Amino acid sequence: MFTVPSLSDLNLAATLPATLLALGASVLLVLDLFVPKGRKALTAWLALAVLGVSLIVALLSLGDVVDLGTGEGAFFGLYIADSFTDAVSVIVLVTAMLGVAVAYNYLERTGMQRGEYYVLLLFSALGAMLMGAAGDLVTVFVALELLSIPLYILSGFRWRDEGSEESALKYFILGAFASGFLVYGIALIYGATGTTAFGGIWAATRDLLAADAATKYVLLLGAGMVLAGLGFKVAAVPFHMWTPDVYQGAPTSVVAYMSVAAKVGGFAALVRVLAWGLPDFVLSGQSAAAWQSTVWLIAALTMILGNVVAVAQNNLKRLLAYSSIAHAGYILIAVAAMGTAGVANEAARAVVIYLMAYAFTNVGAFAVIVAVERDDGGHTDIDNVRGLAKEQPVLAASMAVFMLSLAGVPLTAGFVGKWFVFKAGLAADLVPVTVIGVLTSAISAYYYLRVIWFMYFEEGEGKAQIAWPLAWGISVAAIGTLILGFFPYLLSDMARGIALAFGG
Amino acid sequence: MILNEWVFVGLFFLLGPVLLVVPIALSKWLAPKRPTPIKQDAYECGAEPVGLAWKQFRAEYYIFALVFLVFDVELVFMFPWALAYNKLGLFALFEMVIFVLLLVVALVYTWRKGALEWS
Amino acid sequence: MELTLFVIVGAIALLSAVMMLISENAVYSALFLILNFAAIAFFYLMLDAGFLAMVQLAVYAGAIMVLFLFVIMLLGADPVRHTTPRKLRWLPKAAMVLAVIFLLTASVAIIRGDVGAVGGVAPTLTADGQPLSFGSPAHIGWLLFTRYVLPLEIVALLLLVAMVGAIVLTRDSVGKRPPVVRRLANPPAELERPIVGESGQS
Repeated sequence: MFTVPSLSDLNLAATLPATLLALGASVLLVLDLFVPKGRKALTAWLALAVLGVSLIVALLSLGDVVDLGTGEGAFFGLYIADSFTDAVSVIVLVTAMLGVAVAYNYLERTGMQRGEYYVLLLFSALGAMLMGAAGDLVTVFVALELLSIPLYILSGFRWRDEGSEESALKYFILGAFASGFLVYGIALIYGATGTTAFGGIWAATRDLLAADAATKYVLLLGAGMVLAGLGFKVAAVPFHMWTPDVYQGAPTSVVAYMSVAAKVGGFAALVRVLAWGLPDFVLSGQSAAAWQSTVWLIAALTMILGNVVAVAQNNLKRLLAYSSIAHAGYILIAVAAMGTAGVANEAARAVVIYLMAYAFTNVGAFAVIVAVERDDGGHTDIDNVRGLAKEQPVLAASMAVFMLSLAGVPLTAGFVGKWFVFKAGLAADLVPVTVIGVLTSAISAYYYLRVIWFMYFEEGEGKAQIAWPLAWGISVAAIGTLILGFFPYLLSDMARGIALAFGG
Repeated sequence: MILNEWVFVGLFFLLGPVLLVVPIALSKWLAPKRPTPIKQDAYECGAEPVGLAWKQFRAEYYIFALVFLVFDVELVFMFPWALAYNKLGLFALFEMVIFVLLLVVALVYTWRKGALEWS
Repeated sequence: MELTLFVIVGAIALLSAVMMLISENAVYSALFLILNFAAIAFFYLMLDAGFLAMVQLAVYAGAIMVLFLFVIMLLGADPVRHTTPRKLRWLPKAAMVLAVIFLLTASVAIIRGDVGAVGGVAPTLTADGQPLSFGSPAHIGWLLFTRYVLPLEIVALLLLVAMVGAIVLTRDSVGKRPPVVRRLANPPAELERPIVGESGQS
């Protein structure tokens, strides 16, 4: 411990996707200062290039084509470079690339075009990636902040508009509060186990339970607070209140990115904390981890509330906000399943599969709203997609694909995601919550199909503004949704290598 | 009683306020008072004061304070670095160079955006 | 001795927090907050976390309070200046009394060596490279630049993002007046609006 380390001890190569992104984002921030106003397309292209390079490296590493020294930790174990890290990186980077494509025209026509947008987006993507790579609660915390703070700023990007300002303020204040919970939880876990590293927590938990010390309740409280802090990020009930207001007020291109990125980051960290750090935290008289019952209860509440309230929404952004709450609930089934010994690996894979499917689908759905929205930020009600099928058949067809995928109809990515999640839930004997998942999916079909009904069977002007980066973004998202739906093995292959480092 | 480096901190705490209060109190007791309206005016570098001090400040102060805060936090990390440096050597130097470079980026950004100018 | 110290400083921390809340003058509130921060810094010192105590003073009681005061003055302290009710006129005097008690307690305790004896500010590690003692600045430096170097560099990125955010949200583009000032051109009606709007149909 007390020998002076050298640079090779950092194992920088294993962190290459993240390091490249960090370097690229910092350089882009400086370069953008010299890109004249009106030529910001250059910044957007460079941002795409940075994300693309990082994505290629992450994909190569995920596919075991190149060995970056994964499997070992980097930065003294604070960065774990394994398949889970690579998979999370891929999801985040795809989301960010779609996010840039969706944003460019929208920023241009709403007068928000500033280079900082892309730089902040890159930094927030880096935060989400690092949350997936975290091997220590300290990394989780700083990475969460790196994910969140750019998102607060981006929510307020249209600060002339009161809705955007309100959205940023609300998100920031509640987010800071949630971070407080997380830090307090981390402190309690540290107090109970004497370490913040997941490996250390895992080992200390065993000793703690063997000694049957009362300290285990401190650990329980700490785990609960971490759950609350991260539950806020992924918009799980009862920490979901901010979601509809923030999604409605923030610029739509931001929401397209953030609705996925924040979820990926939050769930990645949850998986790391619960499955890597606390899988064996089983209180006496129970067969599964102590946090499992809480998580599945939250999952059930989240699915019910999200889906039921979404039925009553007439604003598309609010509708998708409640839908995103509901989807957090589905993923939480898999998170809860990780508490059962022997199912943990399968459940962690289900989380990754669901998030990948959700990334294409949800960014795509918001991208369609971006196309429909007017320059002043209005025109996002469900009434505004009336007649879209006549005027913009391709756009309407893409939206239909996204809605079907969100509803979980077979042959779409959403179905594959739900399939693996429910399978994990059943494997862990969480039958009631899985049944609730299936039932609420049926409810959700109503409001997703309603959007399709409005596009295809109602008369209206169906106006939309599409230019090519946006069109490309929507096309990639729609094709991705379909391909992953037709070839589910692509998703399961991607998650194949994910295995717990300890226990499991 | 253990004498340690904190003694100076404690003495500073004790003497600071004393040195602040004593001159003011002394001049209050000793100085002759023959007030005129001009003498009682607030002293502002010799110029005649206009309006009240409780007016709205300019937003530039706020940006300056923010920039100051960021570099203040940077210094918080530099202090322990300096103390551990003699044992850590090049390794820590490399890390600190990256750390400082990132903040130089921040400074360049602030500068180019004109936030350091009094517009 | 430790208990006595804790009771005195704890009472000061609590009282200053309460006074911060009941004071209707935002500037007074900010000053009470400084006292509160100082008391909390003293707690850190009692817990042998001398470095944290110094950071608390430098960052919170220093930089962040300057920021708070600028924001208060930016929004205009004038509207609240005359509104201090008669029954709260004792607040400034109480503040001074509290501050004097705090300074005396803290300095006497520090000089006597009741707090801060462990750790110290000594800029050394022991001969074999072991940190002097847990929680000393040298030890923190050692940990920050070996094991916790990844969070450290992430923090640098965070500071960078914070700076970008502050400028993005307050400046239009190069050289223009910040929007905050323009918004305050017609303040009262706008300021009285609730900041958080109706939360919709949830």
